[in-house]
Parts: sequence; structure tokens; C-alpha cells
Amino acid sequence: MTDIDDTTAGSVAEGAHGDGLDARLVVDRGSFRLDIALRAAPGDVVALLGPNGAGKTTALRALAGLVPITGGHLRLDGTALDRTAPESRPVGVVFQDYLLFPHLSALDNVAFGPRCQGATKAEARALAATWLDRLGLAEHAGAKPRRLSGGQAQRVALARALATSPRLLLLDEPLAALDARTRLEVRARLRRHLAEFEAVAVLVTHDPLDAMVLADRLVVVEHGRVVQEGSPTEIARRPRTDYIAQLVGLNLYRGRAEGHTVRLDDGPAITTTEDLSGPVFVAFPPSAVTLHRDRPTGSSARNLWRCEVAGLETHGDQIRADLAGELPLAADLTTVAAAELDLRPGAPVWATVKATQTHAYPA
Amino acid sequence: MTRLDESGAAARTSKGGPRRRGARAPGRRGVPLPLLLPGIVALAFLLLPLLALLVRAPWGSLPELLSSTEVWQALQLSLITATAATGVSLVLGVPLAWLLARTDFPGRGVVRALVTLPLVLPPVVGGVALLLALGRNGVVGQWLDSWFGITLPFTTTGVVIAEAFVAMPFLVISVEGTLRAADPRFEEAATTLGASRFTAFRRVTLPLIAPGIAAGAVLAWARALGEFGATITFAGNFPGRTQTMPLAVYLALQNDPEAAIALSLVLLAVSIAVLAGLRDRWLTTP
Repeated sequence: MTDIDDTTAGSVAEGAHGDGLDARLVVDRGSFRLDIALRAAPGDVVALLGPNGAGKTTALRALAGLVPITGGHLRLDGTALDRTAPESRPVGVVFQDYLLFPHLSALDNVAFGPRCQGATKAEARALAATWLDRLGLAEHAGAKPRRLSGGQAQRVALARALATSPRLLLLDEPLAALDARTRLEVRARLRRHLAEFEAVAVLVTHDPLDAMVLADRLVVVEHGRVVQEGSPTEIARRPRTDYIAQLVGLNLYRGRAEGHTVRLDDGPAITTTEDLSGPVFVAFPPSAVTLHRDRPTGSSARNLWRCEVAGLETHGDQIRADLAGELPLAADLTTVAAAELDLRPGAPVWATVKATQTHAYPA
Repeated sequence: MTRLDESGAAARTSKGGPRRRGARAPGRRGVPLPLLLPGIVALAFLLLPLLALLVRAPWGSLPELLSSTEVWQALQLSLITATAATGVSLVLGVPLAWLLARTDFPGRGVVRALVTLPLVLPPVVGGVALLLALGRNGVVGQWLDSWFGITLPFTTTGVVIAEAFVAMPFLVISVEGTLRAADPRFEEAATTLGASRFTAFRRVTLPLIAPGIAAGAVLAWARALGEFGATITFAGNFPGRTQTMPLAVYLALQNDPEAAIALSLVLLAVSIAVLAGLRDRWLTTP
């Protein structure tokens, strides 16, 4: 894991030297303001992760030139692109619903870009055939988009974007239009193709799994701002906002540490193993929570809170209990345990978490 | 994938089945008389004149009537001028429709209203207006005459201009509607692939809206073919030069009613052919 962190750190530094993407995108749109900085070295795959309406797609459109930036800068391989028309930017886009031209065959869709760049019809088609072949679509070259499955259409869209030899590849929710079954396979394929891509790739998604599988660096955007960025491991281990904590399935609290005790801003204290001081985050997984019907006696757990069941839902073969009370938290337990505890909304319970199961880190 | 497609198709048919049955059911529940009676009267009112045309048609002498040179001249002139007017409408009207649908300029609403004006303007007024603009002493016409020696009124070109003036709005409105319904993001996709806005229009938008353009063109052509008021006002009524079918019908009605009926039949046949051609593309569009 340290390996990944190191390479990411290295490539970010490289990006600062002029190769790759160096952007600060400011887009003012009345009540909404996007202001994010993005840096990536050639070969990097960066995921913009965020809830709907966070400004991810606006950022992508700004990179493509489909939305003018009202401030900041955009440099790609050392060249300023701020004022370059979208058709002149070395940028390829895979749109969310692919937007394959319905009147053109898969081959002609892919040949469209090279043709616009001045290739002859024959050259463009030969190049397109190579790309379709590379993405395993050779036998679908003559098919119109409506005859293609979702996964195939996505690959044609990818081939079409790559055929222009972009220095920046943008993917808008590349897997959102697919059903769950095809998604798994397409995700794996896309990961391979992105790994082969030698320039910068930026993808936008609201799905943390897509982001973590496809990207080597995540940039989490909320309300038009970057709230956290880092490797998927880093983000998953040390979330810094409730949104990310929820995405990666952790209970997250903010407080002030004094040694092994973290006093929460608005609640009880949590005992941790880390020895820190000052503002910190404390995170622990729902599976670390043990529930008791009666106040446990002689439990070694230092963290004990009185709670009330606010809601229950099945979560795979587990039950996820939402608890309110002293410390609002999510707890996972087996169906059997839930039955034995007679859990139902409104039921009072005691929750314990071992200090060793918590993770505190500076805020 | 095939399995998925099949199940999808199955789902569609099974969904369509009950809906169609459901749609028929209210029909059987009985139609209120206040709606049924006027509806039937309206239908009769629309069909009766056409039936009368067929009933009173001099079927026996029809071949003879239609083989006269004047009829052929008028028909030929009508077809040529209507087609030319449609061509002019396409070349100028499609770009105008694009401007109205895809760009935002001050006063766009006013321009759009002005474009539709010839739709509701009495054609005779259009003809008078054309005379004042392009006539020998017209606002522009006097310059055309003195600089280039071009005279437009009372010429075949004048017929084309009068017809285009009346027919182009139909095309513009039809194409603009299609453009608005078409997803502008296809143009964006083309742009990110290196296409200029014009290339994107030519290679992506135009093929996508081709059905709408075709429907608009047929509509404009039919309107040009039937054009009377603006034509007779601006271009006059000279056989072989500016006398189109509708003009010939009107003239024939005064001297030779049978010939007028025969000519009307020809126009009716052309209209029905146009309607049949449009059936799939346009009439069934909700």
C-alpha cells in the first residue's frame, strides 16, 4: 500500500513540472461556484468523486471546453488551454450515455475524430478499425449504435475518444448507464484500458467502487470544492467528511484529542489507541460495534454508550442498525444477534467499541 | 446479451398489449353525442367537396382535357416552380432554423415571430409586399433593375420568389421544431472529437434531423404548389411563363368549367400522393 502512496506522490510532483494536467477550474454559475485544483501526470487516472450536484460534471465540461472557466487556469503538457476552442483541445470525452452518432456505424463513429483532424477517409477508417480491434470490437465494426449492447457501446465510445490521440481523456460516469451484471465485466475491462492509456485520464463518478477500482488517485468534490484527495487506500482509511465516511462505510467523528482520549465536538469521548493531541478525526467500522441489551459489566471495552435503535436495514447477510442517542452510529450485526437482542426501532441498547478497533488521525 | 435483448423485447410487447386494449375500452363505453354529432358533421364538411369533385368529374373527356398543351404547360410550370421554391427554402431556411434553434441573440423571439408572419399573412398581401420590395420601382427592385437589369415581377423567377415567400416559413418552423427536439449534446460530442461547429452540423446534426427536413420540405412543396394569391399578384398570369396550376384552374373555371374540374383533379391527385408519402414520417408523429 505504501508503494501506491509513493508513486502517487511522485507523479503529483512530476505533474507540477509541466507534463500532464495542471488546472484550477473556477466556474461561476449564479448560486453555484466550482473551484477545484487538479493535477495529474501522464499515466495517472484521477477520479472526481462526489455526490450529485457537487460540480463534477461541470469540472469535466470545463476541462473539455464545453463550459468556459470564469477563473483559474488550465494547462496540459505545459500548454495553456484556457482559451482554446473545444475542437482544438487534445481532449477526448466518453460521455455518460456515450452519445454515439446513431446514423453512423461503430467504425464511422470511431473514424469521425481522425477525419476531423484531417485524415483521409481511408486512413481514418483504418485507424478506427485498429482501435475497434484493440478494444475487442472488430466484429461489430459495421453495427449501428442501437444494435450494440451497453458494454459494447461504452467501448466504442472509448475507442472514439482514444482515436483522436488525446493527451487528456475524460470519462463522465463511464459505468452509470450499465446494468449491474455487465458493470462488473465492463469495469474490469475499462480498468485495463485505462492502465494502458499513457496520457492523463480523469473520470467522474458518484460510485466509490468505480472510483477505487479505476483510479489511482481520488479527488472528492462536495459543493464545488475539493474536500479530500489521495490514494483510494488513504481515502478509505481516513475519510475527512461524512459523505466519504458514508461511502466507504465508516462511522466518523470529529473532536479534540488529549492523549488516548478524543473529546467529540458535540458528544461523548472516545478512547483510541493513537496518542494524539489537537483536532482529530476518529473512525471505526460498523462491524466494530457490539450491541448489548443491558449495560455490560466487566466488558474490556472502554467505549460504552447508551443508544436507541433509529432504524434497521439488511445489508448483505448482515443487519445494519442505525443508532441514535449519546453517539449516533451505525452498527453491523448478524441476523441471529439482531433477533436475540430483540432489536426494533425505538429499542434501547448499549453499544461498545474496543479502542483497538478505532482509528484516530489529525484533522 | 441476446437473452437480455429478447427479454427486453418481450417486456415491451407485454407492456404494449394491455395498454392498447385499455385504450380501446373507453371507446366502447360510448361517445357523448355533443361531441359525436359535430364531429361527424365536420368530417362530412371536409369530405363532401372532394366527393363532389370526384362525382362531377368529366371522366369520359378527361384524357382529352388533360392532354391540352396549356394544361401540361401549367402543370410543368407548377412542378418546376414549386420544386425550385422548395430548393430555395431548403438552402436558406435550414440555416435560419438552426440559428433560431441553436443560437441565442437579442430579439430572437421577435425574429421568430416575423418568420412565422407569412404563415398567417393573406398571400395577396404577401404579393403586394413583394411588389413593393422587388418590383421595378420597389425598395430593392429599382436597384436590381438599374444595376443588373434584373426584373423579377411577372417572370417565372417571380413565381418562384412568391412561392418561396409563402412556403419557406413552413419549412423553417418544421425544421426548427425538429432541431429543438434533437439532442444538442451530439454536437458537443462532435466538437470534442475535433469537429468545428459547421462540421458538427453537417456531419451529425443534418443526418439526425433529415426526416424533419424532409417533412418540412414536402410541406413547403405542397404549399408552393397550391400558391395562388402571392403568385398572381407578384408574377401575374401569363400562360407558359407565370400561369401555374391554381391560376389555370381559376381561369378555366370562368371559360371552361370541365377543364377546371380536370385540373383540380390533377392537383388533388398530387396532394393525395404527398399525403401518402408523408404518412409514416409526419402524420403519425404525435
